[in-house]
This record gives sequence, structure tokens and C-alpha cells, in this order.
Amino acid sequence: MPKITYIEHSGKEHVVDAPNGQTVMEAAVKHAVPGIDADCGGACACATCHVYVDAAWADKTGEAGSMEQSMLDFANDVEPTSRLSCQIKISDALDGLVVRLPKSQH
Amino acid sequence: MNEIKRVIIIGAGQAGGETAQRLRQGGFAGDITLIGEEPYAPYQRPPLSKKYLAGELDMDRLLLRPASVYGEENIALLTSLKAVWIDRASKKVRVEGGRELSYDALVLATGSRPRKLPLAGADLAGVFTLRTAADIDAMKPHFVQGKKLVVIGAGYIGLEAAAVARQLGLDVTVVETAVRPLARVTSPEVAGFFLDEHTRQGVRFVLGGQPALIKGSDHVTAVGLTDGTEIPADIVLAGIGVNPEMTLASQCGLTTENGVITDAQCRTSDPNIFAIGDCAARPISFFDNRLCRLESVHNAIEGAKIVAAAITGGKPPALEAPWFWSDQYDLKLQIAGLFNGYDHIVFRGVMTDRAFAAFYYQGEKLIAVDAVNKPAEYLGAKMLIQTGRSLPRDVIADETRPMKELVASAK
Repeated sequence: MPKITYIEHSGKEHVVDAPNGQTVMEAAVKHAVPGIDADCGGACACATCHVYVDAAWADKTGEAGSMEQSMLDFANDVEPTSRLSCQIKISDALDGLVVRLPKSQH
Repeated sequence: MNEIKRVIIIGAGQAGGETAQRLRQGGFAGDITLIGEEPYAPYQRPPLSKKYLAGELDMDRLLLRPASVYGEENIALLTSLKAVWIDRASKKVRVEGGRELSYDALVLATGSRPRKLPLAGADLAGVFTLRTAADIDAMKPHFVQGKKLVVIGAGYIGLEAAAVARQLGLDVTVVETAVRPLARVTSPEVAGFFLDEHTRQGVRFVLGGQPALIKGSDHVTAVGLTDGTEIPADIVLAGIGVNPEMTLASQCGLTTENGVITDAQCRTSDPNIFAIGDCAARPISFFDNRLCRLESVHNAIEGAKIVAAAITGGKPPALEAPWFWSDQYDLKLQIAGLFNGYDHIVFRGVMTDRAFAAFYYQGEKLIAVDAVNKPAEYLGAKMLIQTGRSLPRDVIADETRPMKELVASAK
């Protein structure tokens, strides 16, 4: 099962086993990783599951879709590797993925 | 209020579940008891009429948090259990079976119940309402290609279910007493867009249609209208709105109207009892503190945050403008604010592109947006409403300027 590492804004790390097919947002919520609110539950309707994909992984997670990009434009502290984690689907290719969490989701 | 050591939450939907979670996050170390009538840990309701009905999400993925988390956080989650009585004087809740539990603070998160069709035949097999996972589990086996579905009520739930049904190849008719769909929740213009989209997808509409009875001997066979029309049906879905679940609140004498009435801190007329989510009506600051009963995820989460802060003495949350969403086919409708009382409507984008936003103004003040496949317009408008800013109507309509830039320039 792929492993995903979430790094809180404070630097605290959470390594979780995430099944294929789930999203990076879902895996965080299911393991109670703080810092991802995911108010809408993954419907790409709220922009509260913002993460920074570690630079080494940016190619593998791909680009934000146009809806997602429009939402990110309004998130706080956006960086080039910002993504909405509800839009990143976990697969074997993402085993070892590292994402960092922003200071706040609102 | 005296020191709070025992919190009871009645209702284990999203509002109740989030309250328990946020109490622990806020450092509350006392007893938390979460009582729910359904057999599940708190789960998300929005996907029920969307991905869960379509078979794209299972129960495990619907849960807000894994069921094991409640034990780990020392939250007593009591499922398949009904609270039947509140004694405010002795601060006790009685549950089915007679057991009594004491509270220092009580949170009512009892949600809402679908209105039943007030028609002969409404109890026939094959007639459904849509509120719980169990409702979908019962209806889903009938959701197969070629079956005839009649949806009564063209609100969001009815239209979402109609969209899923068409995608699964059912024959779908929507009966609505009003002259247009979504009559209570959006403008004629946006309603017209959704009517056209569903019609294009093969949904038949009977607008201004008055259902008179549900026909059938043991299983539904047709819906009869007052004008004598009969619409053949294998399944009927009633989506005619919900009523707040206020039985316990009324029985113990709390102030209720269209919802359990609370103040901005979600406190009811009894300072030891809070009410949040679908069952409650609280003043909304963005709309002149009008009492609003909002049926939404945003309202459930915000109520939970407010109550958790009130109980732990923590910092109250920053309030958001009310927000909602609806997924139908490949259309994502995102709504911020409340459109009631608008006198002008301004568009960005055109409906024929299937990506547009309708901004609702009351005079010069932006009060709401309906955005279809236009997330920037939705988030931009939400931000404006939250911060009490507006843009002139001719400015917001100017599509040559990006929404983000416009929002930054707003006064």
C-alpha cells in the first residue's frame, strides 16, 4: 500500500498507508492528520484541502485541472506546487509522496 | 454557566460528529456522548444523491472519520439509539430503553426529515424519500436501466437524483407544482438553464403538475395527477423538502419556529442547550442578523465550531458566507450567499458555454452568486460577501478582467 507523508506547518510529520484509489485528502482525513479541513468532502467545492506537493513529486502528481486551478487562485499562500488534495488520486506511482500543509485553510 | 464536564450531543450527522471532534481538538477533556439513530458513525450526506447513488462511493468512503477514531478520542458514540426525552430541570436525557444520561451542556443536532407525500398510496412499495444511506440502499436496486422513475419535486435533491438516473439509463419524469424547477432556491434565469440541461439529457418535466395519488396494489405502478394524467412509474422519489426535527426541543419547551431558535452562539432559549445544523435557526450576520435555517454542510460545520468554542472558552470561528453546491451531470453549481430579496441579476459568461455566474444584487449590494463551472466567480463572490464588499454591477460583468483582480479592487 502506498505511503504518504504529510508535514504540518509546524514541521510535524505524519506517515500514513493510503490505499490506491483514495485521494490524498481522504487519506489525511481518515488518519486525522490536522491541517486539512476538506469541508466539502472532496467535491472540489470549497478549497479547504490545499497542500504543497514536494518539489520532487510535482511531476508525478501532475498539473491542477482548470476548475482546481481557479479555486487555488483564491487560496491563501499559494505556491507553484499548490494542489487541492481531493484532486490527487493515490496510486503505486505515488508511493512515498510528500506533501506539506499550509498555515491555514481559510 | 458552571463548569462543563459532560456534553451530550443528540444527532450523529455531520453537525453532531464535527462538534465531538472539535471539542476534543479544542482541548475539552470531559465526557462526550454522541447519540445517533442511524447504525453508522457520522457520514457525509451530500454524496447520497450523487456519487453514493451512482455507486461510485461506498459507505466506508462516506464516513467523515473512521468509526475507530471515536473510541481513540474517548467519545462515546451510541448508534442505532433514539433519545426520547429531555428533562431540563434535572439536565438529563432519556434514551430508548429508559436509560438516563446527565449533561452539563446539551447539543441538539437532530437534523431534518423529508416531507412525506400527503397522498393516497404514498406508503406503497417503490415510493422513496432521500435522506439517509439506508434510503439509498433501499432505492438503489431499482435504479437500473429501463426502469421508469418519477421524481416529485424539482429541488436540488430531486434534480441530482434525476441526473444520476439518466446517467444509469432510467426513464425519468420530474413533476413539479411550481411553473419552474428550483423555484425556491434560485432565479428564473438559472432555473431555466437547469431545465434546458435536464431536458437535453432526456428528462421529461411536468411543470405546474399537481400529484393527486400514487397508484398500485402493493408496488407503485403510476403517479396520478389532478388533471387525470397518469405517469407510469416503477419507482417514485419524493423530493418535496424537509422539516426540521424538533420533537425533543418542542417537548421540553424550547423556543421553536421554523427550526429551534438560537442566538449567534447557537444557544437556545435554555442557556445549557445548543442547537445546530438543519434543525436550528440562527441569526446570520451577513444578512442583517436574519434568522436563517440553513440546510448545508457549511452550516453544520460552522455550528459545530461555534458550539465547541463556546463550551471550551476558545476563540469563536471566523464566520463564512453561507455556501452550497450541487453536482448534476458535468455541471458543478456553487452557491454563496442567499439570493432572497435580490432586485438585480448580473451575468459573467454565457449559459450556452455551460460556464457562467449569476450575481444577485440588492440595490448596490452583492448578496449571492450562483456559479456553474465557474469556481473563481464563486470564491470571489463568497469573499466579497464575507467581507461586506461589493463591486459595481457593470464592473463585475466585465469578463475581460479576471475575477481575482476585481475582488482585489473591491471596496
